[in-house]
Amino acid sequence: MADSEFEEIRRLQQERNAAKAGSKTFDPSTQRENTTKASLTDALDTTLYDRSGVDRFAGYNTSIPADGDDDDDMTDGDGTRRLVGQYTATKEMMNEFAGGDDDTDALTSRAEAAQIQDRETEYQKRRFKRKLSPTRKDGFANGEGEEEGRSYKEIMQERELEREEERVRRKIEEKLKNGEHANGSEHEATLKRDTTPEAEASEGTRKRKKRWDVATADDTSTQENATKKRSSRWDVAAAPDATPVMKRSRWDQAPSLTAATPIGNQGLVTPMHPSSAAIPAMPLTFGLGDRNAPLSDEELDAMLPSEGYKILDPPPGYAPIRTPARKLMSTPAPMASSSGIGGFMMQEPENARVLGKQMPTEIPGVGDLQFFKAEDMNYFGKLVDGADENTMTVDELKERKIMRLLLKVKNGTPPMRKTALRQLTDNARQFGAGPLFNQILPLLMEKTLEDQERHLLVKVIDRILYKLDDLVRPYTHKILVVIEPLLIDQDYYARVEGREIISNLSKAAGLAHMISTMRPDIDHVDEYVRNTTARAFAVVASALGIPALLPFLRAVCRSKKSWQARHTGVKIVQQIPILMGCAILPHLKGLVECIGPNLEDEQAKVRTVTSLAIAALAEAAHPYGIESFDTILNPLWTGAKKQRGKGLAGFLKAVGYVIPLMDEEYANYYTSQVMDIVLREFQSPDEEMKKVVLKVVSQCAGTEGVTSQYLKENVLPDFFKSFWIRRMALDKRNYRQVVETTVDLAQKVGCGEIVERIVDHLKDESEPYRKMTLETIEKVISALGAADVSEKLEEQLVDGVLFAFQEQSVEDIVMLNGFGTVVNALGTRTKPYLPQIVSTILWRLNNKSSAVRQQSADLISRIAVVMKQCGEDSLMGKLGIVLYEYLGEEYPEVLGSILGALRSIVTVVGINSMQPPIKDLLPRLTPILRNRHEKVQENTIDLVGRIADRGPEFVSAREWMRICFELLDMLKAHKKGIRRAANNTFGFIAKAIGPQDVLATLLNNLRVQERQSRVCTAVAIGIVAETCAPFTVLPALMNEYRVPELNVQNGVLKAMSFLFEYIGEMAKDYVYAITPLLEDALIDRDQVHRQTAASVVKHIALGVVGLGCEDAMLHLLNLIFPNIFETSPHVIDRIIEAIDAIRMAIGPGLVMNYVWAGLFHPARKVRTPYWRLYNNAYVQSADSLVPYYPNLDEEKLKREELYIVL
Amino acid sequence: MADKLRATQQLEQLQARYVGTGHADTTKFEWTSNLHRDTYSSYIGHPPLLEYMALGTGTPMAKLKTALIEKMIQPVGKPPERED
Repeated sequence: MADSEFEEIRRLQQERNAAKAGSKTFDPSTQRENTTKASLTDALDTTLYDRSGVDRFAGYNTSIPADGDDDDDMTDGDGTRRLVGQYTATKEMMNEFAGGDDDTDALTSRAEAAQIQDRETEYQKRRFKRKLSPTRKDGFANGEGEEEGRSYKEIMQERELEREEERVRRKIEEKLKNGEHANGSEHEATLKRDTTPEAEASEGTRKRKKRWDVATADDTSTQENATKKRSSRWDVAAAPDATPVMKRSRWDQAPSLTAATPIGNQGLVTPMHPSSAAIPAMPLTFGLGDRNAPLSDEELDAMLPSEGYKILDPPPGYAPIRTPARKLMSTPAPMASSSGIGGFMMQEPENARVLGKQMPTEIPGVGDLQFFKAEDMNYFGKLVDGADENTMTVDELKERKIMRLLLKVKNGTPPMRKTALRQLTDNARQFGAGPLFNQILPLLMEKTLEDQERHLLVKVIDRILYKLDDLVRPYTHKILVVIEPLLIDQDYYARVEGREIISNLSKAAGLAHMISTMRPDIDHVDEYVRNTTARAFAVVASALGIPALLPFLRAVCRSKKSWQARHTGVKIVQQIPILMGCAILPHLKGLVECIGPNLEDEQAKVRTVTSLAIAALAEAAHPYGIESFDTILNPLWTGAKKQRGKGLAGFLKAVGYVIPLMDEEYANYYTSQVMDIVLREFQSPDEEMKKVVLKVVSQCAGTEGVTSQYLKENVLPDFFKSFWIRRMALDKRNYRQVVETTVDLAQKVGCGEIVERIVDHLKDESEPYRKMTLETIEKVISALGAADVSEKLEEQLVDGVLFAFQEQSVEDIVMLNGFGTVVNALGTRTKPYLPQIVSTILWRLNNKSSAVRQQSADLISRIAVVMKQCGEDSLMGKLGIVLYEYLGEEYPEVLGSILGALRSIVTVVGINSMQPPIKDLLPRLTPILRNRHEKVQENTIDLVGRIADRGPEFVSAREWMRICFELLDMLKAHKKGIRRAANNTFGFIAKAIGPQDVLATLLNNLRVQERQSRVCTAVAIGIVAETCAPFTVLPALMNEYRVPELNVQNGVLKAMSFLFEYIGEMAKDYVYAITPLLEDALIDRDQVHRQTAASVVKHIALGVVGLGCEDAMLHLLNLIFPNIFETSPHVIDRIIEAIDAIRMAIGPGLVMNYVWAGLFHPARKVRTPYWRLYNNAYVQSADSLVPYYPNLDEEKLKREELYIVL
Repeated sequence: MADKLRATQQLEQLQARYVGTGHADTTKFEWTSNLHRDTYSSYIGHPPLLEYMALGTGTPMAKLKTALIEKMIQPVGKPPERED
């Protein structure tokens, strides 16, 4: 690097510093005016396109949005000029509404985001469509299983019915699509017979899935359907003990009397849940809203004349309805949606008046809650109705009790929650499964449930499951309906929770019952139900063992009746390895054989899921178990050749996972077989397929038998042609996949081969693409080193990296890492390029953007080691000087990085040859120590500590003292690393300038108020004592103890505690000196005092084990022992620890002499601490207690063997 | 309250792990039984001690060992009758 350039940079820097001194803010005018680089955004030829005029680009969009929101006008962009003017809203206006939620209240949006349903996908929301099925019979109960509930048979019949209904519905839809209208008497268009618009229209309205028992407008179906439906209803009625089912219409939805239990139980097969069915379907505003709210007393007073009227008392026996659920249902409101009567309802904002009315602040018998939501009223409304508890039956009382406990758990404060949960658990069997689950499960189905509430309720279920054991059986399905959605939650912990519950449930209910409960859902019409059931079944398998479930799975996978059952069966097998990992290995053969035949299923969906299941099995089994897959290899391969599209993706994935299990020869052969297909699919536009082929390529590349020669010749050209294109860098997922696959390929074919192919992309014009390239190079080189890189390539590489680094528009850690890795990997080979690199860094250090400066400083810390290796000491000196002059940096992030860079230079160059000299550098650092920013603090203290450690002699003692004072503040830092570094630095400084002055400073600091600061000071004193030998410190400390101030004395004791902890065995020389002080401390009135003294004793005792200080220790034990009756947890813990430590020092025999006396003391309060001591001794040294057990003189209690004398 | 709860939980855990530990309600019978069992197992666990005793009593070590193990069953006799 030319000196002239260096000078120029320094000049600029000084100008900048000078400008900064003048004004606190940044002055852009001093920034990089005379740059030689051409701007990328300007036209180069400034003489032709004069720049003095007005901005030519004013009014244009200077950038194109990346998200492509407003590409809508492309549809009519036919390139022709319009003859008619288009009138439309301005872009700003449209965007204002497109964004939408800019001006909504930040708090409400946050509150809403807490609800689970807000982050659920459409698919996950389908859980609300499920209903809590009625209680089932416990088919496995022995004895009187005569409780009401539905049997397996009934449920299977009902499922049959649902399927039939679905089939019919499909048929109707199909017919409609084909143009035959459902209603024959529909009049036709007279002019021409164009069926398409009609068909489309009807299709649009028909889309929603309809349940047979919901009365809908399209009951005008064909005669055939009507008969079918009627006949099917017969079936249900004929079932053994089902109540006769009536056709449900809106009008028999009587309001339930108990809001908390599922309503509609009377006379309906499918009970409805208050929140999932009835309430949300009705606009909340209708019955409850502002408009219809009852008038308050104040309003009535204002409205009615005050004279001539009298306020009457309500008639005796009148009780207002308080439960909103009932109010809601009191007038059957027209349903929105399905029947289409509802019409548009204006949304009304929630009104404080209405809310205030509804929301009680305190529930009788519950106490203060953390919150109480409007929805909670539906469930817990009963608690505020003020009914007389004396007139209630036991069951009602029980119900209320449960309700109260649940409310406490759900909405209460943590201590309330804890006790309530405990009560629920302990009394679970008394309450009974029915009453408990009838209240918990509807709560979990609530739409507005939040994470925390769900977590707590799930916890309740978990706890009571243990207690209820087989009593849960009738409720198994209900619980599953509620818990299964957790298995597909985005939140990992929710999934784990769901698994835990289902596994506990299956252990409680037993395999047979689980199977009979979930069997009907396996071929459920709804895909959502089948999917979640499959996942739940996998959990059951992991809980009860795969072998137990295998026969059932085999039967399901071969089901002839419906392909859905087969599909679900295979899906279960797919989920099992995902859940259990390599634990499937012992049962691999069984599992593979179970799904093997499904590879050739007639249903494409089943085939696809089978191939995915095989992929999952092979992935979990890696690298074992190829022999289990033998039977399916052939169908898998022929399948892969036959399939196209989505099916092929699955098969390829399976092949990709099976190949790594094979031995070399076969792997090689099969790879070459499958590679043709994979290469063909490189061109596929399908994202899913892209993902799969990339995965297959990286799998194959990682396999033993595949040679690098083969990959180079057959795979690499196509791979780079199809995947190393700019478009790939734009999509995050593709980006990652391509990078990973390339790195995997590099593992096989070598670093040079890959880097050579992509190095040119470092100079590509697309920034994301450059980033992707550099990230790949970084990963490849850090994995494989740069030995493989030829001289020419090396040149290209450094050039490219420099280009990419300089041209970043957004400073990215990827670029920094890439640069650092490349330079470090090249090592001394970087030497020729270093001047250029340093020049780049220096220029960028002078940039006006803080991010750029920070990044270049970070880069210095990364390449410092290499610079030293290359012997560029003079360059480092220059860098050091520039960095030194930047210590006035304003942005703390940047300052931190600059300090980090300086530190790494000091580290590699050494203190002695550091430029600028340490004696100049350190005084500049002292004021920076005062900076409150964490990054700055951490880096300064590190740098100062290093100097104090290696070269304290470069700085005057006075300067070190100054630094000591600054360091005291650092002891308050939040970050532990900073406090630790500060403490260590105290040690170094004390070593450099002698302990006296440092100690005086530290002892003074013991008087401050702040606890953390005192504690850290005590630690620092301990460290000083350790580095400068204890005798330099102890006298001063003991003298300080004479100060009649509690904080100081405590601080001294604390410092001693650390001191003795650090010095260990050295303590033996100071034991007798310190004993009088400890005597005084141990008989102090103040608890904390004795506690701290006890911890000093502990550390001394542990230090002097076996060093002949037993007399002193026994003396201290005598002073400590009376403290065992302390009750404060911290104090007693320290006391017990001290006694334990003394037991180590003087042996258990002596200490146990104190203990025997109290073990069987008549007072329990005395016995308890003695037993604690005994237990500690027993656990820590049971064997050495044996000789010291007291002599028991009674007959039978003597230990005669001990009296044997030879 | 919470501390007490934690203390009992810790004690339960401790007791599950070490049978010989006790608490304020440990009876003399329980304590002495454990004491003796620990003593016997300690004899057995220190072969020199066992040898010393074998010499003293004039029985072979193996026999003495078995005898000591046998003694571990109800080392201090039958449990006292329950009073309630």
